[in-house]
Amino acid sequence: MKIRIEKPKDDKETFFEGTAKELLEQLEINAEEDLITRNGEIVKLEEELKDDDNIEILSVVSGG
Amino acid sequence: MKCKLCENKRVSQDYCKEHFLKYFEEKVEKTIKEHEMLSKKDKVCVAASGGKDSITVLYLLWKLGYNVSALAIDEGIEGYRDHTLEFLSKFCKKHKIPLKIKSYEKEVGKRLDTTVPKGNHACHICGTFRRHLLNKYTQKYDKIATGHNLDDECQAVMMNLVKGQTKLFSRQGPKTGQIEGFTQKIKPLYLMKEKEIMTYSFLKGFNTPFNECPYANQSFRAKVRDFVNKLEYENPGTKENIINKYLDLRKPVKEKSINKCQVCQSPCSSTICKTCRIKQEINA
Repeated sequence: MKIRIEKPKDDKETFFEGTAKELLEQLEINAEEDLITRNGEIVKLEEELKDDDNIEILSVVSGG
Repeated sequence: MKCKLCENKRVSQDYCKEHFLKYFEEKVEKTIKEHEMLSKKDKVCVAASGGKDSITVLYLLWKLGYNVSALAIDEGIEGYRDHTLEFLSKFCKKHKIPLKIKSYEKEVGKRLDTTVPKGNHACHICGTFRRHLLNKYTQKYDKIATGHNLDDECQAVMMNLVKGQTKLFSRQGPKTGQIEGFTQKIKPLYLMKEKEIMTYSFLKGFNTPFNECPYANQSFRAKVRDFVNKLEYENPGTKENIINKYLDLRKPVKEKSINKCQVCQSPCSSTICKTCRIKQEINA
């Protein structure tokens, strides 16, 4: 799975299959602070992700 | 999972794209009306940074037909504000919204970057200068609208509780009081969670640039934000509970009489305003 994380900025490729919530937990990211998208569409936490997905994790927290 | 109102896929806690956008816009409009923030006769200036919160406020006030302009403050932080100001300028041009940009460098003589290495606290200086300039350049407006959201307000309530700042605690809320010399501030996104604003901004295709102030991690607010977000994740509804309880408990504060600063003539509660005191310190 290709994963682009906005904050802290990171691009990684790793094997993953499971729900979006499980992915965030594995990455130690609080779901309250990020929005997950796949191919430009929002993914809900309970949705299953596949290993060939391109995932972008956008930070909800910005500014000062 | 399906939307609560139709057969389409959810993009938020309850709704599909179409119903989420409708829910969001109606809730902001209701907040403006219930808290008597604006009338269609008012001239309102949005304190805009070009980030998702202020762009959302700007767009919604424009869409709802208010007489809206934008004012941006360039703090002078290398690699931070340039992107969002460029984005903001394009957005305002596209929607034919008048925009003014004022900088610390021109207005107070120094970029924020040049004051911080001398040991000054960035957020304290920045907040004071920003409030000063926003007020100075909105004297011909009826209201200043800011992008403060439910998360910001929860953090402020918690920060003031922890620090025991009872006066500041009472001054918070969806709008400020009307004090001579100060343009009244309103917060149309007061009841919207930061994640909802991000969702709205994403679905509307605003594509606001992600940007985080390099000094943000120095702040007490960042620690409180992490704490409240952890609570919200483990106990959904925490943020709304904090704000609802705050609004129930809040007592009106008796403001001191307002003087004029002996240096710059701005309204202030002392003889010299905080902005002029900081300017003296950083130029010493």
